[in-house]
Amino acid sequence: MHAPVPAPAAPPKGRLARFLDSDLFYSFRTSPMAILAGTVAALMTLAALLAGLLAPQNAFDPAALNLMDGYTKPLEQGLGSQGLFVLGADAQGRDILSAILFGSRLSLVVGVASVAFSLVLGVGLGLLAGYVGGRIEALIMRIADIQLSFPAILIALLVFGVARGLIPPHRHEEMAVVVLIIAIGLSNWAQYARTVRASTLVEKNKDYVQAARLLGISPLPVMLKHLLPNVAGPVLVIATINLALAIIEEATLSYLGVGVPATQPSLGTLIRFGQQYLFSGEWWILLFPALALVLLALSINLLGDWLRDALNPKLR
Amino acid sequence: MIAYLLRSLVQAALVMLAVAFIAFSMFRFVGDPIASIVGQDATLKDRQELSRALGLDDPMPVQFARFLANAAQGDLGLSYRQGRPVAALLGERLPATIELALLSALLALVVGLTLGVYTAIRRNGLLANVIMSASLVGVSLPTFLIGIGLIYIFSVELRWLPSFGRGDVVRLGWWTTGLLTESGRKSLVMPVVTLAFFQLTLIMRLVRSEMLEVMRTEYVRFARARGIPDRVIHFRHALRNTMVPVVTITGLQLGSVIAFAIVTETVFNWPGLGALFVQSVQVVDVPVMAAYLMFVGLVFVVVNLLTDLVYLMLDPRLRSASAAPAR
Repeated sequence: MHAPVPAPAAPPKGRLARFLDSDLFYSFRTSPMAILAGTVAALMTLAALLAGLLAPQNAFDPAALNLMDGYTKPLEQGLGSQGLFVLGADAQGRDILSAILFGSRLSLVVGVASVAFSLVLGVGLGLLAGYVGGRIEALIMRIADIQLSFPAILIALLVFGVARGLIPPHRHEEMAVVVLIIAIGLSNWAQYARTVRASTLVEKNKDYVQAARLLGISPLPVMLKHLLPNVAGPVLVIATINLALAIIEEATLSYLGVGVPATQPSLGTLIRFGQQYLFSGEWWILLFPALALVLLALSINLLGDWLRDALNPKLR
Repeated sequence: MIAYLLRSLVQAALVMLAVAFIAFSMFRFVGDPIASIVGQDATLKDRQELSRALGLDDPMPVQFARFLANAAQGDLGLSYRQGRPVAALLGERLPATIELALLSALLALVVGLTLGVYTAIRRNGLLANVIMSASLVGVSLPTFLIGIGLIYIFSVELRWLPSFGRGDVVRLGWWTTGLLTESGRKSLVMPVVTLAFFQLTLIMRLVRSEMLEVMRTEYVRFARARGIPDRVIHFRHALRNTMVPVVTITGLQLGSVIAFAIVTETVFNWPGLGALFVQSVQVVDVPVMAAYLMFVGLVFVVVNLLTDLVYLMLDPRLRSASAAPAR
């Protein structure tokens, strides 16, 4: 006699299958705007990451440039290298397409790294403020209040200037990208801290946190293992929207001439160069980098908007 | 009400003190104040004497107190690069920035209010929808691209407006204004529009959502039932009650306008404080950076105070002694 076989449970789904079955993916699938924005953002990111393979020219290597190619029009052959310049070339013979690929790679790296930096800083301080309370909370939130009333670009400029003063001049070029990431990151942490503190205040009185404390688990593991997963949702939405803002902020700083060094142009630097040729008719030097920046920022922004609505239970 | 005012004042003073402390720390610890004055070749003895003369040997609290006292009297030190008093540098460029910022704020408020009311009243109209979509795109565009786009259209293609500088200015005492000459007025147009753009979309969207909220309330429906004409309802009943948040946001944004002027001034080569600040960051001219920080801090604090006062005027409930603070 066989023991009655229990009805086979549904086979455990893989992570991918579960994701494809989720509400989140359904909402993505049914929103044309989200699909379009997601495709554009994914394509641009992919192209930027593969810049080294895709680009006809290493735009960051001054030795690869040929001055004879200067001011080549779009879809024409350069006089020096005889190569085809799909989007034209700038004054130094830098291929605009390559410059955009390398430039958006730099913009994305700075954007993602600075968002990660402000995320860690803001979430950490927000958890600390909400969980510990008292004077530490008052101090952290006071600083966040003051900082939130100043525009991010001003704070980033100040941090950048101070960092320049502290770093010896001959190391400015190599440290520029790191300084930029820190400056943009420091100018955006306050929003995360506020959000995380608010949800921490709610969560920390719930039974599971009380239970964990009663078991004698020390505060740090309680914050990281128990509280963090439960306050992370809104933070992701802010992070997506902030990625677009961080990319624009990087472009603005580079446009102002205080960002990346001129030998490694990001999208903002390219636009700054291009503006000089606005009156002389070399429109391609300005237009294509500007379009790339707008497409990148807009698609990430729209993705963030969609994510916010999709994760908002009130709108379901 | 007096307690409310006092609390605002104390808060303002505390914020200002914190900003001054940051400025002082930059002044004192970023770069070497002595090296930037005497240069590399000075002897150790010279340095020590200068250090004593400048008071750099005193305890930190004493130095901070002296910094505050000097700043309060308008002495903000010497620019490392230009060797001139920072206060004079700021003073020369102040009128350009103030003129730009105030005109932008005014434009943003007037146009933002009008468009906001319009899009709220004609909620489903074609034009209203076009305006709303355009504002969404506008929010995602970086300020400097809007400025460059305007330059391309109005300076390069149409040749109507100058693309940089203030044009001819008229001197009125220590103030300079571009409003009294034609080239000055023409030069103002594009920077003002560029700077106003972001605030404009913000105010418009705010007015629209507040109006829609108020239009759903009982008293508006009641007024409509009484047969009061739409115009009166919209402007006397609905708009008035949307003004409190609008004034707050506009007030708080005035500070941002001054800071965003950094970008606008660079795009249009506008000889204002923002452009000076960007230059000082590029060459690490710490005294100018510190002074600009104090200036922006002061503007924010004053604007916040004024906003609190306007609150009191607009919302009678706050005037009663028992009222909770507005924030």
